[in-house]
Amino acid sequence: MPDSKGRFGIHGGQYIPETLMNAVIELEEAYNHYKNDPEFNKELTELLNEYAGRPSNLYYAEKMTKDLGGAKIYLKREDLNHTGSHKINNVLGQALLAKKMGKTRLIAETGAGQHGVATATAAALFGMECVIFMGKVDCERQALNVYRMKLLGADVVPVTSGTATLKDAVSECMREWTTRIDDTHYCLGSVMGPHPFPTIVRDFQAVISRESKAQVFEKEGRLPDYVLACCGGGSNAIGSFYHYIENEGVNLIGCEAAGRGIDTFETAATINTGKLGIFHGMKSYFCQDEYGQIAPVYSISAGLDYPGIGPEHAMLHDTGRAQYVAITDDEAVNAFEYLSRTEGIIPAIESAHAVAYAMKLAPTLPKDKIMVITISGRGDKDCAAIARYRGENINE
Amino acid sequence: MSNIAKAFENGKAFIPFITCGDPDLDTTAKCVVEMQKAGASLVELGIPFSDPTAEGPVIMEASLRALEGGCTTDKVFEMVAKLRGEMGVTIPMVFMTYANVVFSYGIERFCKKASEVGIDGFILPDVPYEEKNEFDSVCKQYGIDLISLIAPTSDERISMIAKEASGFIYIVSSLGVTGVRSNITTDIPSLCAAVKAATDVPCAIGFGISTPEQAAAMSKSADGVIVGSAIVKIVAQYGKDAPEQVGAYVKSMVDAIK
Repeated sequence: MPDSKGRFGIHGGQYIPETLMNAVIELEEAYNHYKNDPEFNKELTELLNEYAGRPSNLYYAEKMTKDLGGAKIYLKREDLNHTGSHKINNVLGQALLAKKMGKTRLIAETGAGQHGVATATAAALFGMECVIFMGKVDCERQALNVYRMKLLGADVVPVTSGTATLKDAVSECMREWTTRIDDTHYCLGSVMGPHPFPTIVRDFQAVISRESKAQVFEKEGRLPDYVLACCGGGSNAIGSFYHYIENEGVNLIGCEAAGRGIDTFETAATINTGKLGIFHGMKSYFCQDEYGQIAPVYSISAGLDYPGIGPEHAMLHDTGRAQYVAITDDEAVNAFEYLSRTEGIIPAIESAHAVAYAMKLAPTLPKDKIMVITISGRGDKDCAAIARYRGENINE
Repeated sequence: MSNIAKAFENGKAFIPFITCGDPDLDTTAKCVVEMQKAGASLVELGIPFSDPTAEGPVIMEASLRALEGGCTTDKVFEMVAKLRGEMGVTIPMVFMTYANVVFSYGIERFCKKASEVGIDGFILPDVPYEEKNEFDSVCKQYGIDLISLIAPTSDERISMIAKEASGFIYIVSSLGVTGVRSNITTDIPSLCAAVKAATDVPCAIGFGISTPEQAAAMSKSADGVIVGSAIVKIVAQYGKDAPEQVGAYVKSMVDAIK
């Protein structure tokens, strides 16, 4: 019998309906072929450089460094990518792969709307049909991104089932994929779901650490001591960590969304509050009750508001290679405002979770330590929600 | 011999599904009794899961209602014990639920409990062939059949799956999720023939079947017919008064495939 595939330690696997098995097998075969195809890689590199604006800058945050008074801080500026986040790295790769596979339609889930916008963008570029599933609650808190997706020619389907947030959008996408497989590629947005998605998405996001490693080396002549990234499903985090995993001296820190706190039910901090389970195609850690019912998680950040975490992160946690900390809404909003004022950079509220932990950690470190924080996305989309959080109503 | 095989001994099998705990477990239990009376050959008991990714809106909403009503895995086990005891249900019963419900309970603990209360098999739609060993190795120790599913997209996987199947094979009639369909477009006779060429284990067709006419047509190719959403809809409509209605519906379906 074939073995369970795509394992990261005990995590990962392919826990999906039989209807989808041949689709993921076909995807795996296509990916294994094209990932080593020079023509494919040349096309992808050209798209990343000419269309998405890579490589992204590694920016020395001098004012922040001086203000916090500890480690030297660099920001990996994924917010400067086309469409405003790291999501485009993965989407261009998957859309190109889908095109090579003869698929003409992309479907995707989205939380904050960043992945939906990136997918709609790639679909427009490649002339593909596009349907985005987005929780109704998220449609409301990220109205600007809904408009952007529609502008790009995508259909946006508000998902009303369950908690009407990211997990429900993923479930609905899986349901849609089982209904229409022949012409449709499920462009999954994070390092989660059944094999081969966690590997494919990681490989496409690994460009972040491939670049940052070379960039830090060029500027400092050595590797950083700390790499920080926010972590929901974990795509920007694994992309930020990947090429440093082999360098044991580099501390890898994923910043989860604690929502109103990890001692409350209103949290999305999976590693800090979840337990081992099987959901959305993978074995990993999930927020759930004693009977395995998936918990209705909460975070101010729609992009981190997910009850699970990618299987490779679960393994990095098990082995202790990476550390996962929890950041509350309050801390993230403070960091959102802090980075805006201090460096003139408005980060996505997701990325602000990583900034928030840096604000705690950097002052405790000596000045000769080097820290890289991935700013996974830009914060324009969050301004109205943060204003509301501060009790101010603005028209978007 | 697997207890499930008995369900296929007397002609075509009619297999109704019900979501446990919607609107409450007492009503579920009464429905199961009516199903047996009406001639059902085997009953699928759905243990509700918060995020049932293989279900359409009807069963998804029933699952959420059941969970909101306080249904838990332990309470379902108690209901099954009652069905097997004082309520006199003797036809085979299988659980249909999701991997995490079993995994989080502890696979060993779940199988032991299921076997003690008189469950004959499990259907886990998010556990495909590649992942089944983790569950099936324990199921076997407790005499529980882990039911294999075959889909219209299974193609060359059919014989591999069928050869290791036990109990019965669940043939998924259509792409997509569970739910009533007016038109099933899959070439069912070919699909069933491919399954039958690979194994002697009986096969039953589900997904999208709701009318006696559809059931009669499907039973020409397969050994049994599975109906879920149509029954869950009746329960949603009639609530605590559903058992009688469910019994009448099951009777009409049983008669249609005789």
